Amino acid sequence: MVRIKGSATSIDLFEGWWTIARNKVSTAVSRSPKGHPIISHCFAAITRVLEIREVFIVGYYDEAVFRDFIKDCGRTHPSISVKYLREYQALGTAGGLYHFRDPILKGRPDRFFVLNADVCCSFPLEQMLRMFEEKDAEAVILGTRVPNEAATNFGCIVSDAHSKRVLHYVEKPESHISNLINCGVYLFSTEAIFPSIKSAIKRRSDRPRLVSYPSSETLDNQYLPPSRDDDDDDDGEKNQIIRLEQDILGDLADSRQFYVLETKDFWRQIKTAGSAVPANALYLMKAFQQQSEELAKPSATILPPVFIHPTAHVDPTAKLGPNVSIGPRAIVGPGARIKESIVLEDAEIRHDACVLYSIIGWSSRVGAWARVEGTPTPVREHSTSIVKNGVKVQSITILGKECVVADEVRVQNCVCLPFKELKRDVQNEVIM
Amino acid sequence: MKALILVGGFGTRLRPLTLSLPKPLVEFGNRPMIAHQIEALAAAGVTDIVLAVNYRPEVMTAALKKYEEQYNINIEFSVETEPLGTAGPLKLAEKTLGKDNTPFFVLNSDIICDFPFEDLVKFHKSHGQEGTIVVTKVEEPSKYGVIVHKPDHPSRIDRFVEKPVEFVGNRINAGIYILNPSVLQRIELRPTSIEQETFPAIVKDGQLHSFDLDGFWMDVGQPKDFLTGTCLYLSSLTKKHSPLLTSPSESFVNGGNVMIDPSAKIGKNCKIGPNVVIGPNVVIGDGVRLQRCVLLQGSKVKEHAWVKSTIVGWNSTIGRWARMENVSVLGDDVTIGDEVYCNGASVLPHKSIKQNVDVPAIIM
Repeated sequence: MVRIKGSATSIDLFEGWWTIARNKVSTAVSRSPKGHPIISHCFAAITRVLEIREVFIVGYYDEAVFRDFIKDCGRTHPSISVKYLREYQALGTAGGLYHFRDPILKGRPDRFFVLNADVCCSFPLEQMLRMFEEKDAEAVILGTRVPNEAATNFGCIVSDAHSKRVLHYVEKPESHISNLINCGVYLFSTEAIFPSIKSAIKRRSDRPRLVSYPSSETLDNQYLPPSRDDDDDDDGEKNQIIRLEQDILGDLADSRQFYVLETKDFWRQIKTAGSAVPANALYLMKAFQQQSEELAKPSATILPPVFIHPTAHVDPTAKLGPNVSIGPRAIVGPGARIKESIVLEDAEIRHDACVLYSIIGWSSRVGAWARVEGTPTPVREHSTSIVKNGVKVQSITILGKECVVADEVRVQNCVCLPFKELKRDVQNEVIM
Repeated sequence: MKALILVGGFGTRLRPLTLSLPKPLVEFGNRPMIAHQIEALAAAGVTDIVLAVNYRPEVMTAALKKYEEQYNINIEFSVETEPLGTAGPLKLAEKTLGKDNTPFFVLNSDIICDFPFEDLVKFHKSHGQEGTIVVTKVEEPSKYGVIVHKPDHPSRIDRFVEKPVEFVGNRINAGIYILNPSVLQRIELRPTSIEQETFPAIVKDGQLHSFDLDGFWMDVGQPKDFLTGTCLYLSSLTKKHSPLLTSPSESFVNGGNVMIDPSAKIGKNCKIGPNVVIGPNVVIGDGVRLQRCVLLQGSKVKEHAWVKSTIVGWNSTIGRWARMENVSVLGDDVTIGDEVYCNGASVLPHKSIKQNVDVPAIIM
């Protein structure tokens, strides 16, 4: 079961991107946009729902990645059990749930939430629970409205305007279906979801080569020889990726009591590293509205919201904000300017440098009078790329770990992979 | 002695600067371009200067009045009612240029160099023929009209070759001439070119010589060349240890070739140079980085800005953390917002720029 295909260079590229993605998710634990792990925002929402007793974190990462986070959770919320379930191969969201059905069902829960950790929103879990009870539902999904042009990038939900029942669900449709989209947060009854997954798996085994999904992955599968033997050996489970979005939700809409809770609050997917900047801005804005003590005090040189880690050093003549996070031990020199950006730990921004709409990676250095710049994307626009001279480029500039931008150099709309030194101006490039 | 300066039209190539001021009055090295030429001519003993112009703005009349008094010379305007090319204006000014039998200078107003008028007169008189044109050595002669000498003579011109494909020589016409009044007989009062009609005719009679220019030379008629010319001019001042330059021992000077008007104010922790001209009453904020740029009178560069290869027009302002580069030219009273990036922006007078100009463009 080899799933990675392509030439050596594309694998290299994949590896490179992976580094960023991996660092980003370890961000999920050790560092984050607003100085909190991304996953901690999910956990904070979970702790507000008193009924929740158990939390499982499911992922491919090594157990060590989540160890500290789980330890911290145990300390702050001793009444909640937090466990990590490691997937050793990609099973898909539904496949993963099904694979771990025993530990999940062990405590005999009658329903459970599923949260995608790469989502940034206010997680109105209690409202979802209330709707579940009011409607006597079997499944509740969190939805949000996006502009029509953006909707087809997401799972689209058609619901009854009055009852809020989900009538139809399509993942990333080619044509416009609805502008109410899947936020990646669900509440399922155990009695409904596991049988649904099981029947999806069965359907797969009976009719293993589905061609109706317009994804490249399915197209690739069409050219694989039928592998009946594997199916028999592995109980038809392990070699089948079953995804909640593509394989389950559509059926739930047909056959189950499936409802949607529409959130009017902020929502954004943190899929690429670039989406971290607008996602961070949303969290900072929310913290600012709640007058969080964690944020830096507004002044002539601090345009709120700005988060500065207590161990960071920011020169008083530097001007920061809005929507800026400065990580632990980062140094910001005199007369520097940082706006709509994330500066991760141990990074240094030297005097008179200017950082706009960018992420400065761990231990990276931006030289004096250098300019690191992305292009603003409106928060409402769920896209992390822009079109420049007819070419699609990354809107946010991202410097990976330990990158160096030389004095006076300008970097615009670039992704710079770790350990690179930029000595001359670059724009619209991925620097490998 | 007498001289004619070919000023011509509206200086469209140097817009947006020339939308506010006639080209001869645009400051080059903190002095109007024409002042460099008038000063050099006066020093060589010229007493009568004719400015060949297509139009006569009031502001120019007033400015030149000042030079008349300063150098004790006569400056007259010769206004063409229709453009007469590069030779026609000589005929139009025949009354002055031909008033006595001494030779007269002709120069293009866009030329900046170490004007060698005295040596030029000596050389011209030594060969005793009708005309001498100043030539300068260039690296890429294929872009210009090249001068070819007679095989048996070091200075007598044999012919001109326009944009040669094959190497025939590396000396080009520098736009500065000294001619005997007899040349005026060869020109008719109509639109006509000195390079294409008058000179070939003199060459045919074997009466035209060339004079090699030492040192720098530049046609500064457009912004890119204006900046290059500024670098050459400042370098030549450095070579002469000119007191016009700011001492490189000043803490903020980086790499030399920096000229700062005494009335300008410089902030703390700046890094300025090489090749920077800062005009009168300019204000530079703290932590500003300037290189290869010209800041005209009354302009302002706010804190932490970065400016390179840019001409900042009179009374214009560059915002904090702004970045200007790649031959950006700001007209009079332009405002560049904080944190804005300009790549090769030509900005018309009185405009305010609040968004990045990522690719070279004219901002109306």
